[in-house]
Amino acid sequence: MVLSCLLLISVAAGADTLSVSPDSRFSSIQDAVNHARSGDVIFVQHATYHEGNILIDKKLNLTGIEYPEIYPGDTAEGFVVIADSVVIRGFQISDVARSYLKDRAGIRINDCRHCLIENNRLIRTFFGIYLKNARGCIIRDNEIEGVPGDEASTGNAIHLWYSKDITVERNTARGHRDGIYLEFVENSHVENNFSENNIRYGLHFMFSNNDDYRYNTFRKNGAGVAVMYSRNIIMENNVFEQNRGSSSYGLLLKDILDGQIRFNHFIENTIGIYADGSNRILYEFNEFRENGWALKILGSCSDNTITQNNFTGNTFDVMTNSKTSMNTFTGNYWSHYSGYDLDRDGVGDVPYRPVRLFSYIVGNVPSSILLLRSFFVELLNYAEQITPAVTPAFLEDRSPRMKIIKP
Amino acid sequence: MIKILKYSFFDLIRSKWSLIYFLFYLAVTFGLLYMSSDSSKAFLSLSNIVLLITPLTGTLFGALYYYNSKEFNELLLALPIRRSAIFIGRYLGLSLSLSLSFLAGVCIPFLFYGFQKAIGPGGFALFLMTGVMLTLIFSAISFLIALKNDNTIKGFGICLLVWLFLSILFDGIFLILLVYFERYPLDKLALALTLLNPIDLSRIIMTLQMDISALLGYTGAVFRRFFGSASGIIYASLALMFWIAVPVWLILIISRRKDF
Amino acid sequence: MIEVSGLHKSFGRNTVLKGIDLVLPAGNVTAVLGPNGSGKTTLLKSILGMVLPDKGDIRVLGRSIHHQWEYRQAIGYLPQIARFPENLTVQELIRMVMDLRRQRADEGPLLALFDLEHFLKKRLRYLSGGTRQKINVMLAFLFDHQIMILDEPTAGLDPLAVLHLKELIRNERQKGKTICLTTHILPLVDDIADRVVYLLEGNVYFEGTIGQLKEKYKGGNTESAIGRMLQPEKYD
Repeated sequence: MVLSCLLLISVAAGADTLSVSPDSRFSSIQDAVNHARSGDVIFVQHATYHEGNILIDKKLNLTGIEYPEIYPGDTAEGFVVIADSVVIRGFQISDVARSYLKDRAGIRINDCRHCLIENNRLIRTFFGIYLKNARGCIIRDNEIEGVPGDEASTGNAIHLWYSKDITVERNTARGHRDGIYLEFVENSHVENNFSENNIRYGLHFMFSNNDDYRYNTFRKNGAGVAVMYSRNIIMENNVFEQNRGSSSYGLLLKDILDGQIRFNHFIENTIGIYADGSNRILYEFNEFRENGWALKILGSCSDNTITQNNFTGNTFDVMTNSKTSMNTFTGNYWSHYSGYDLDRDGVGDVPYRPVRLFSYIVGNVPSSILLLRSFFVELLNYAEQITPAVTPAFLEDRSPRMKIIKP
Repeated sequence: MIKILKYSFFDLIRSKWSLIYFLFYLAVTFGLLYMSSDSSKAFLSLSNIVLLITPLTGTLFGALYYYNSKEFNELLLALPIRRSAIFIGRYLGLSLSLSLSFLAGVCIPFLFYGFQKAIGPGGFALFLMTGVMLTLIFSAISFLIALKNDNTIKGFGICLLVWLFLSILFDGIFLILLVYFERYPLDKLALALTLLNPIDLSRIIMTLQMDISALLGYTGAVFRRFFGSASGIIYASLALMFWIAVPVWLILIISRRKDF
Repeated sequence: MIEVSGLHKSFGRNTVLKGIDLVLPAGNVTAVLGPNGSGKTTLLKSILGMVLPDKGDIRVLGRSIHHQWEYRQAIGYLPQIARFPENLTVQELIRMVMDLRRQRADEGPLLALFDLEHFLKKRLRYLSGGTRQKINVMLAFLFDHQIMILDEPTAGLDPLAVLHLKELIRNERQKGKTICLTTHILPLVDDIADRVVYLLEGNVYFEGTIGQLKEKYKGGNTESAIGRMLQPEKYD
C-alpha cells in the first residue's frame, strides 16, 4: 500500500520507480542504477548486499527500506556519487577496509552539487562520508561509528574537501580520527551534531573560511574542536565536555582570524580553549566550568576580546606564556575572584588577575601539580596577586562581575 | 577499652568545646552555601577550611584534653584496667567526639541545602571521610606528643609546630626540592613524599575530586596511572590509615613504658 | 600485705628510690612519712603500678605485680588531688567507677556520711574543691578492698569530713585490711597509724611501730620523736 502510494507520486512526477531485492528483477543495486533513468527512484529492500563501488552517475533517489546492509568487501568503497542532486537515504554500510594509499569511504561524493545524504548508518568504515569538490550538499541524520585505532589507521567520519555551501547536521560520529573534517570548505554549516570518542578531533577546520558551527556536542575526543588556518568561523552554542588528556583541549585555535565564540559551554576539559596565533576573536557569554585550564592564550594572540563569560570552578582560569597581554578581558564572572563590591553595582571594585603563579610552576615542573591547592601554594599565589613578578600584570579584568552572568 | 571510650566520649560530647566546634562548622558551612553564588566555589572553600582547621583542632584539643585530664588518668591507672585500654579508649573517645562535631556541623547544612552537583554523593562521602581521617590522625599525634611531654607549654608548642610544619612548611620544602631537582625524573619520589604528610594526602584526595581535568593533563606515566583510576584515592586512603595506625601504636608503646 | 624488696627508681639523673625494703602488714595502718622529695609518692605509685621500678620487686597479697594489672582489683586508691571527667554528674561518675571496676557496691551510706546526696545530679565541673575531695574519699572507700592506699587523705577536707574519714580508716583496719597512707599532718599519725615508715633521700630511715619510734627517739608523740630523729643535736 505504502509502496503503491509512493509509486503513484513518482509516476505523477514523471519518474519511474525501481525496486531492488535479492529475489526480484534487480538483485543488485548497481544493476538497478544502470537501468534507471535520470530522476528515477530506486527502493532497496532490506537484505544483505555484497557489492561495492556502486557508481551513481545520474540524478537518482536511492532509498533503503529498513536499512539494507551493504558490505563493499576488502578493496572497494560503498557508494560513489558523481552526478548532481543524488539522494542516498536509509542504508547501512559496513566494513570498508582501511587503506594506506587510498581514502576509501562508505559514501563518496565527487565533484557534484545538491546531493542529500541522510539517515544512513556507517559502521566500521575507513572514512564515513567523503565529499570532494562538492557544492550545496546536505549531510544529515547519519550515524557513523568506527573502531578507534591509531590516527593513521582510521579515517574521518565526515570528510569535506574543497567544498562550498555544505550543511552537516544532526549526525553522530564516533570512533574515527576526526568526527567531522573540513579542508578548504567555505560557507558551510555544521549544526546539532554529536561527536564523541574520536581519536583526534571532534570537528576539525583546516584552511576553511566563513563557516559556522552551532549546537554541537563534542565529548571525550582527543580534542573537541580544532580550528586551524581559517578565517571568520562562527562558533556558537556548542558543548565541549570531558576532552581530557595530556594534550587535550575543548577547542584548539591555531592561526585563525576574525571568529566569534559565543554561548558555548566548556565543561571538564583539561584545557577549555587553547589559542595560538589567533587574532580579533570575540569570546562572549561562554561558560567555562571545572576545566583544568579554562583558557590558555599564548603570546602570539592579540586583539581578542573576552567578555561576559562565566569562569566557575576551573583549576586555573587563564594561562599565558607572555608577560604582556594584547587581549582585552572585561566584565567576566570569575569564581576565584575574592574582591568586594562596595558600591553594589554588581562589578567588583578591584581588578581580577586570572593568571596564577602556580600555573607557571606547574608548566616548568610538572610533578609540582601534586601541590595543587596546598596552603603554601595559595600563599605564593596570593603574594603574586598583590605584586605580580612573574605573571603578566596587565592581564586583568578591571570589571569582574560579582554574580554569574545569565546570557 | 570500650567502657573508657564510652565514658570519655559522653564526657566530651557534652563539653562546650565540642559544641563550639560543632557550631563553627555549622556556621561556616551554612555561610558558604548561603553566600556563594556557585556551589563549586562553596565546596572549594569548605574543603580548604577542613584541610586547615581539622588538623589544628585535632592537635589542640588532643593536647588540651590530655593535659586537662591528667589527674583523671591517674585515677584510671589505679583501677584494675590495662594501660593500653585506658589510653586507646581515651584517644578514641576524643577523636570520635571531634569527628561527630565535624560530621554534624558539615552535614546538617548540606541536608538543608541538598547535595550540590559540584561534588555528588560519592565525592561528599570522600570529603567527610577525609575530614574524619584528619581528625583521627591529628588527635593521635597530639595525644602522643602530650603523652611524651609532661610539660604543658612544651607539649602545646610541639603540637603547634607539627601542625605548622605539616600544613605549610612541608609543602614549601617539597616545592623547593621539586624545582631544584627539576631535571631528574621525580614522579615516584614526589608521590612518595606525599606519603610523609597526611594533609597532603587528604588534599590530593580532594583535588582528585575537583581538579581531575587538570591532573589528567599531566604527561608522566606514573602520575597518569595514579590519577587516571581509583588507585590514587585507594593509595592515599591506605596511607592515611597508616598515619592513624603509627601514632596509635606509638601511644601504646609509650604508655606501656611511662611513669605517671 | 605488701612486700617491697630492693626497689630502685630514678627519673633521668634524679635517683628517687635507692633500694627500698619494706613490709606493710595486714590489719595495720602504716604511715609513710618523709620530707618532700623523699620518694613517698613514687613508692605509692610503684605499688599501684603507675611508676615502673628500675630494679626490685613488689609483691601484693603474695604475688609479684610486675607487668600485672588485675591485682589492682584489690586496691582502693585515694589520690592527692581528684580530677574527674568534668561533664559527668556525680551519679554517672559512681556508676562509671563501678562499671570500670566490674564491681558493685552500695554508695548510699557513704553519700549520707559525707552529705553528698544532693550533688548526685550535678556535673562535676560545678562542684567545689572540698566536695570533689569528699567524692574522691567516697570512691576510695566504696568497695571492699583488701588494700587501701591513701595519698594525703585529709587534704582539702573540712574538720567534720576528716572526722568521718578517720572513722572509716579505723573500721577498715578492724576488718584486717592493709592500709597505707602518706601525710604531712603528724597528729593524724598518732591518731590512726600503727606503724611508721620514714623515708629519707630514697632510703628507709626508720621502719617500725609508733611505740618503737617514740621509744627509740624518746618523743612524747610522733612529732617530737621525728624531730629528735632528724636533728638529735638540737634536742640533746
